[in-house]
Amino acid sequence: MLKTFKLGGVHPAENKLTVDKSISVLPIPKIASIPFSQHLGAPAKVLVNRGDEVKVGQLIAKGEAFISANIHSSVSGKVQKIDNVVDTSGFRRPAVVIAVEGDEWAEGIDRSETINKEISLSQKEIIQKINEMGVVGLGGATFPSHVKLMVPEGKKAEVLIINGVECEPYLTSDHRLMLEKGEEMLVGVQILKIALGVNKAMIGIENNKPDAIKHLSELASQFEGIEVYGLKVKYPQGAEKQLIKALINREVPSGKLPIEVGAVVNNAGTAYAVYQAIQKNKPLIERVVTITGKSVKDPGNFMVRIGTPISELIEAAGGLPEDTGKVIGGGPMMGKALNSLEVPVVKGTSGILIMPDEEAGREEVLHCIRCGKCTHVCPMGLEPYLLEKVVMAEDWERTEKEKVMDCIECGSCHYTCPANRPLLDYIRLGKNKMGQIMRNRAKK
Amino acid sequence: MNLLRVSGSPHVHTDNSVKKIMYGVVYAMVPAIMVSVYFFGLDAVRVIVLSVVACMLVEFLIQKYVLKTTITIWDGSAMITGILLAFNVPSNLPWWIIMIGAIVSIGVAKMSFGGLGKNMFNPALVGRVFLLISFPVQMTSWPIPVPIGGTALTDAITGPTPLGIMKEGLAAGKTVQDIMPDIPNYVQNLMTGFQGGSLGEVSAIALILGAIYMLIRKIITWHTPGAYIGSVVIFSGILWLVDPSQYVDPLFHLVTGGMMLGVFYMATDMVSSPMSAKGQLIFGAGAGILTILIRVFGAYPEGVSFAILIMNGFVPLIDRAFKPVRFGEMVKG
Ligand code: SF4
Ligand code: SF4
Repeated sequence: MLKTFKLGGVHPAENKLTVDKSISVLPIPKIASIPFSQHLGAPAKVLVNRGDEVKVGQLIAKGEAFISANIHSSVSGKVQKIDNVVDTSGFRRPAVVIAVEGDEWAEGIDRSETINKEISLSQKEIIQKINEMGVVGLGGATFPSHVKLMVPEGKKAEVLIINGVECEPYLTSDHRLMLEKGEEMLVGVQILKIALGVNKAMIGIENNKPDAIKHLSELASQFEGIEVYGLKVKYPQGAEKQLIKALINREVPSGKLPIEVGAVVNNAGTAYAVYQAIQKNKPLIERVVTITGKSVKDPGNFMVRIGTPISELIEAAGGLPEDTGKVIGGGPMMGKALNSLEVPVVKGTSGILIMPDEEAGREEVLHCIRCGKCTHVCPMGLEPYLLEKVVMAEDWERTEKEKVMDCIECGSCHYTCPANRPLLDYIRLGKNKMGQIMRNRAKK
Repeated sequence: MNLLRVSGSPHVHTDNSVKKIMYGVVYAMVPAIMVSVYFFGLDAVRVIVLSVVACMLVEFLIQKYVLKTTITIWDGSAMITGILLAFNVPSNLPWWIIMIGAIVSIGVAKMSFGGLGKNMFNPALVGRVFLLISFPVQMTSWPIPVPIGGTALTDAITGPTPLGIMKEGLAAGKTVQDIMPDIPNYVQNLMTGFQGGSLGEVSAIALILGAIYMLIRKIITWHTPGAYIGSVVIFSGILWLVDPSQYVDPLFHLVTGGMMLGVFYMATDMVSSPMSAKGQLIFGAGAGILTILIRVFGAYPEGVSFAILIMNGFVPLIDRAFKPVRFGEMVKG
């Protein structure tokens, strides 16, 4: 029987329209806007000034806080300004705006396609280099990778889990990467294993990607200690806690990190970025982005320089469809609706989904009919209808007691509610409020 | 270009809806409706149509003129209440009593709580119990079913229900064995519908068919009905084993009266039953025990309606006591 997680889960329509589209390289943009804050944690501190010349791969902002990440220029040219631009968060935030000239790379970066399997760095050097190269989790949470690899005192990593699930409908960037850059990715996995000091890595891939499972399984036989597992298709299997449950049947306790049960999860795309960083000395300056949608003329997967406005990506896919209602950064379950087409692609952008207007709206909200479906599908075993109710009533004590902070914002409850209740909207509100309350408590 | 829409995730939604669920329940009751028309003829049609129209009308009037909100009479829920109310009354009930039933069901038990989803008690049950208490005579004169083209068992036009015969007989000091001959072929007749009773109480098979449909479509789960039936069998079985002359066997309890209707169509009403599987088990088991208690020791021959209503009242408590298993509380490997 195929492995999967136990509690809850839903099956949204997969709509993987771009699964057969190989990754093509998107032309370099004329202007690149590179935000300082593309990761979870503190924004990086800018190192360049207006008018400076920069090269591809040059460090332009330094992550100084413990949880932060370096930012490199993805293009060569002149710094036009350092200004606020609307990014995927929907807010205006500081970014380096570069007018592109040519494509000149910083020294020491190996841009060849030759695969280098020889890993020469030590555990410590690897982590340091990953930090230098600005690698963050590419699955969406964008947690700085070097921090994730530093196992806290008193804990022990037993297994590295590689997330190749890609359970979000529509998205295929990880799928394509596994097919086209599988070998590099597995070298990346070996590097991550050394960094963690573990000798076992498990790669989880949902069963709707049989080609990727087959391909990686074959490749994995050439490597020591990498196993590939096909998983039963169920959303949100790509969520960290659910994937750990599916693969090693351990449950990360409420409010704790995966290391608590001896696991560290990294995304498949991250493993590839790690390969590039360590073996090729190449910072994280580009990533694979799926551009898709039912009305999109030429949906596809592109290797895109960070900072490229999504309008150029949309152009490459045949332009913005007439009937566009919503443009989403990410997938339909967890992605963010964007309010501008000039938003730059950032490290966490796995896809751009364009939804036709008729699908983009929300249905009329009815009273909860207490059908229990939201509770039934919640992978965290929460009671979304109840959370909605106590948040509406601003009963924060109860909100905390009902474990609002355990919610992973997967959207399954909201997706499944026959009364169209905006459950996750309220739950998010409750989480924000709880966050404030907890911070205040910590101050005292 | 139009403005882009911005809203929180998720951006997709199932095609399931309240309406689909409600109409699913309506479809599930079609076989029972057909059987009741077969046995009670035009009278059944009259009662069902009257009850459904009355329920929808009351909802319409209240929403339009009292609450001044959106009209939701086509969401299927008023239709369900109408059919269930009709299923719970004799086929010869005067039209004005049916109207009163609809007003109590929809007006009092549903709309005054805030409409679908807010009602604590099953509306049709509230309506039925109200009628039973207010119009005991009309509500308990049960026409004998006369199948279309067939003949009645007796010459009488009305007669007591099997549960009524049993209750009276036992009260008069007879034993179960003495009484049974008065209820000929009860199992067979009850399964197919040849018994005195409310419209929807007559055929267990038609009701079970609909229930299977609802189970397949996942409109109901097995927990409530399973626990209900299980506790009826166990509890009445114990009594029966203790003294078979004073207590009837479990099968009799299962197929008589409103048991099947209550178990599958009213106890499972999502609005007025618990959320979690464990809660539903408790709810069903409680309703089962209460039903037998009332049937055996209470003043009324039938106890399903009261039992479910009482358990409806416990739902908020049950929901608080029985939480789903949270992630992280299960095995830690
Ligand atoms: S969004 Fe939160 S509450 Fe809703 S199903 Fe996912 S984890 Fe549960
Ligand atoms: S899914 Fe919607 S209608 Fe059903 S219990 Fe949850 S909130 Fe209520």
